[in-house]
Amino acid sequence: MDSKIPVRLNVNSRDYHVNVEARQTLADVIREECGLTGTRVGCEHGVCGSCTIIVDGAPVRACLMFAVQAEGKEIRTIEGMADGAELHPVQRAFSENHALQCGFCTPGFIMLITAALEQDSAPADEEIREMLSANLCRCTGYQNIFNAVKQYVGELRERGGTDNNDRNN
Amino acid sequence: MKPAPFTYQRPGNLEEALDILAQVAHEDGRILAGGQSLVPMMALRLAFPAHLVDINDIPSLQGIEVEQQSLVIRALARHAHFHQPAVSGPLGSMLAKVAQNIAHYPVRQRGTFCGSLAHADPASEWCLTAVTLDGSVMVQSRNGSRELPAGTFFQGPMTTALEPDEMITAVRLPMPDAGSRFGFYEFNRRAGDFALAMCQVMFTQEEDRMTGVRLGIGGAEEVPRRLGEVEEMLTGQRLTEKAILSASECAASVITPLEDIQTPVDYRRHLVKTSVRRALEAARDSGNGQ
Ligand SMILES: Cc1cc2nc3c(=O)[nH]c(=O)nc-3n(C[C@H](O)[C@H](O)[C@H](O)COP(=O)(O)OP(=O)(O)OC[C@H]3O[C@@H](n4cnc5c(N)ncnc54)[C@H](O)[C@@H]3O)c2cc1C
Ligand code: FES
Ligand code: FES
Repeated sequence: MDSKIPVRLNVNSRDYHVNVEARQTLADVIREECGLTGTRVGCEHGVCGSCTIIVDGAPVRACLMFAVQAEGKEIRTIEGMADGAELHPVQRAFSENHALQCGFCTPGFIMLITAALEQDSAPADEEIREMLSANLCRCTGYQNIFNAVKQYVGELRERGGTDNNDRNN
Repeated sequence: MKPAPFTYQRPGNLEEALDILAQVAHEDGRILAGGQSLVPMMALRLAFPAHLVDINDIPSLQGIEVEQQSLVIRALARHAHFHQPAVSGPLGSMLAKVAQNIAHYPVRQRGTFCGSLAHADPASEWCLTAVTLDGSVMVQSRNGSRELPAGTFFQGPMTTALEPDEMITAVRLPMPDAGSRFGFYEFNRRAGDFALAMCQVMFTQEEDRMTGVRLGIGGAEEVPRRLGEVEEMLTGQRLTEKAILSASECAASVITPLEDIQTPVDYRRHLVKTSVRRALEAARDSGNGQ
């Protein structure tokens, strides 16, 4: 029953061949087998959002998927966001708006925001607040995270959508 | 916080899934749909199924369809499918309104409508919706299929009429009249939490008077249900302040509230009263949801 299953995970455009137990969550496997520890694990039952990653374009709780379910899917984690030394615009917006303090929640928020804005690049303020309510932050009080999202939404408006929207158009 | 071991299978079609389920059902084999309730329960070791049958790779279970005056929601239709109105008219608008209240954005990307019904949390918005609209649950096993009315499908908290080897393949919601009005109100302490009380209402109007009234309550009793007494009270009435007040008071008095240490019975009645009032006000103020 606890025999291992070979799985190919495609994380940030790179293939990882791992052997996992069915019960290992995607969050644990990304951290422990792929060695990508940017994805945080907090509550391990879907409440805090710190493990949020992007799977086939959707922001998901990596603690609520089993790694065996992610075979062949396109996975993106915080490690895939910056281009070398150049931060992704959401990361830059966080930095410029003081949207992080201890940083534990930050990778989850960055992945949530990135994917949500790829799905809808012009959310209303209320929609932004509702979206951010998915993840917990014990430090910032959320206002600066909200400000970072607003800045990014403004940049997207000037640029005419996210890269992903560009691709779809 | 790590799930107990289990065997994992991911069949590619429904027949295969039902065969596997028939084999493993008596050893606590279960369906894995969105995983947004089952996996947390496994992490907390409140559930430790020995076998999981993952249905996510079954194409015939995807999506929704309008079929003979009803909306058919298949087993893999996710909550997020309803973020935008999935059908035109009041039903699509109501489902979009309700979906906003379910959990959070990422949970809605994976969680399914049918999984919510199978899980049968008393505070599930989709369970309430299925009951209020007189939906039916389409169930299948290797031995055949049946269609169960939502009103009798829920038997208690986390308890349904499903047999262990049965799977929900779809839910069927009748399409309301194009001119129907609806209202929904849910109270919870934090965004995305389960409801402490909620009310869903739908009706049509003939010369200002309500007909075809459906009013359901969720999160307050062991299972969601329509309140016949309140529906009768409202039928034939105009939606005045007085009618709204009497209906909400009646609802609060006829329920058998769930009780826990943070939510005593009186408080729950009060929340039901407020939920009914606000749902009716929303129906009054919203036009017909177009
Ligand atoms: C932080 C958080 C907040 C949440 N808040 C809410 C909320 O406010 N309201 C709400 O309603 N829900 C809430 N949920 C739960 C969520 O909506 C789930 O998606 C839903 O309850 C179950 O659907 P699922 O597809 O994820 O099912 P799963 O978790 O995969 O399965 C749940 C149960 O149903 C069974 N099952 C699933 N599909 C089928 C099927 N087709 N046939 C037979 N059995 C099946 C499984 O075997 C299991 O026993 C929340 C979840 C989280 C993590
Ligand atoms: S660790 Fe996944 S939601 Fe908290
Ligand atoms: S910055 Fe510390 S939890 Fe968010």
